Amino acid sequence: MSLENFLIVSAVLFAIGLYGALSKRNAIAVLMSIELMFNAVNLAAVAFSRYTLPAALASRPSAGGDQMVHLLLTGQIFSIFIITIAAAEVALGLAIVIAIYRSRSTVFVTDATQMRR
Amino acid sequence: MTLHDLYLLSPEIALAGVAMLVIVLDLFVSRKGVLPVVGMAGIAISVLFSASLWGDLQSQPSGQMSGVFGTLAVDRFGLFFKFLLAVAAALVLLMSVSYTERFRRFQGEFYGLMLLATSGMMLLASATELISIYVALELTALPMAALAAFLRDSRSAESGMKFLILSAISSAVLLYGMVFIYGYTGTTSLAEIAAVTGALLDAGYLDPLAAFGDSKALLFGIALVIAGFGFKISSVPFQFWAPDVYEGAPTPVTAFLSVASKAAGFAVILRVFYVSFPVEAMSQHWAAIFAILSVLSMTFGNLVAIRQDNIKRMLAYSTIAHAGYVMVGLAAVATRVSSGQADVGASGALFYLGGYVATNLTAFAVIVAVSNRIGSDRIDDYAGMSRRGPLLAATMAFAMISLTGIPPTIGFMSKVYLFGAAVNANLEWLAIAGMVNSVISAYYYLRVIKVMYLREPSDGSSVASDTATGIALTFTASATLLFGVYPAPLIDFARSAATALGV
Repeated sequence: MSLENFLIVSAVLFAIGLYGALSKRNAIAVLMSIELMFNAVNLAAVAFSRYTLPAALASRPSAGGDQMVHLLLTGQIFSIFIITIAAAEVALGLAIVIAIYRSRSTVFVTDATQMRR
Repeated sequence: MTLHDLYLLSPEIALAGVAMLVIVLDLFVSRKGVLPVVGMAGIAISVLFSASLWGDLQSQPSGQMSGVFGTLAVDRFGLFFKFLLAVAAALVLLMSVSYTERFRRFQGEFYGLMLLATSGMMLLASATELISIYVALELTALPMAALAAFLRDSRSAESGMKFLILSAISSAVLLYGMVFIYGYTGTTSLAEIAAVTGALLDAGYLDPLAAFGDSKALLFGIALVIAGFGFKISSVPFQFWAPDVYEGAPTPVTAFLSVASKAAGFAVILRVFYVSFPVEAMSQHWAAIFAILSVLSMTFGNLVAIRQDNIKRMLAYSTIAHAGYVMVGLAAVATRVSSGQADVGASGALFYLGGYVATNLTAFAVIVAVSNRIGSDRIDDYAGMSRRGPLLAATMAFAMISLTGIPPTIGFMSKVYLFGAAVNANLEWLAIAGMVNSVISAYYYLRVIKVMYLREPSDGSSVASDTATGIALTFTASATLLFGVYPAPLIDFARSAATALGV
């Protein structure tokens, strides 16, 4: 397995997520598609962290232990932050969907056209 | 994490702490008037800490205090935005006092979310690392989405949902770009990204003649980052969310979105691009992208604003146009300036944002005061306002004059400064495009004045602002006039802030 494989899967996931987020009518499905985009980013971050950084470290023989760990883990830490914030985002999204459902009895984003154009 | 790190974060921590306090206090006190007072106190504490940090900077030869594992830098640039955002938040809080009477419950949450969003924006202005930039961005966006959906009606919920979904999509795009920059350079720290790309350029791995060299990954990452940030500042072609969100959200929230959120967005764009990609081989390319986006935003915003009949919607399109004006400052990047002061572009953007905060909040304070009385945001309902509320009508007219850019207002001064920066950077065509656009914008700004002064009122009842909104109005209108006549202090402040970007 090489870095390219991971990046291709990540790009495909991102594209599917973006397509879904822009074309789905159901607000829940839109939120799921957004999750897919975030996960594509996570995959890319972790893959970069695993494949490119050992090469970067090899070119920096002076790097100490602390610095090495710092460099090696940045991508993975990045994805942990993304996962956490995405969870908060979805929680708020679902709360707003419920608020819309209460006032209109629908979760279809295409029906949310109170403000025209 | 040391005590010094906490001190560096103290303006943000004070706001977040007071935000929690306001929410808890809401459960216990029956006189809800206490809540905005506590909120104002929180903002005051935050300003005091920022002032103390500013004082400490004087003894730092580097002009910067870095902390929290290098993810945060306290410098004059960050502090400029902290002061600006604190002022904007305080004014919006004043406008909210009468507005929040519409909802008897959850007032604490309204103020609390607003303070939390402010603390996120302040963090955004001083974050120097991609992960913390993302966290700060979401700390801004999530409370704003909740606030946009705050009213119990379907328009507000629709506005909140649109903001949340489009903000999440743009965050994903931004993150994808950040990850590619990280993957290419191996670091998330802005300063180290600059070091790595600089070393690659020197070693000939990046070819300056080809756009961003042979590094398609880096080019791809930068393009996605511009798209993600473009959403936050509502620049064309990422502006489609703004009109619906602005129209449906509670008016103080719209005001806050239009000035504070935009200022924070520009803060982070300036820092990312000036710190990470300062070398001319790169900056000439991203500055060219911003020049094109600038013209598109100005023209689109001004042309579409002409045919709006809702004043909040009109100001939404106007804010897109103003994002275009500020981007003139980004396009006039320091490396393009061959003669004169190199920092004109960056400091022009800061100065313009300062003026925009004063002017746009004046307009929104009038809208809040009027809609509290007549319950409408339609421009036609402002007919005869000169007789129903002479003071409000005069202030609104003054704000419209400043937004157009006619003296003696700060809107005029900041446009002169900014377009001068464009001329300095050999971007005469951009300055001309900006001036043509100002003339177009006069049509719809002055139409509001025409409706207020020349049309007969449909209803004779008088319209006056409440005390808190009146205080906010006095402050913003006098700042608009004062800095319009004597802009030197604000320009000096903006210039000393811009030097922290290393220009």
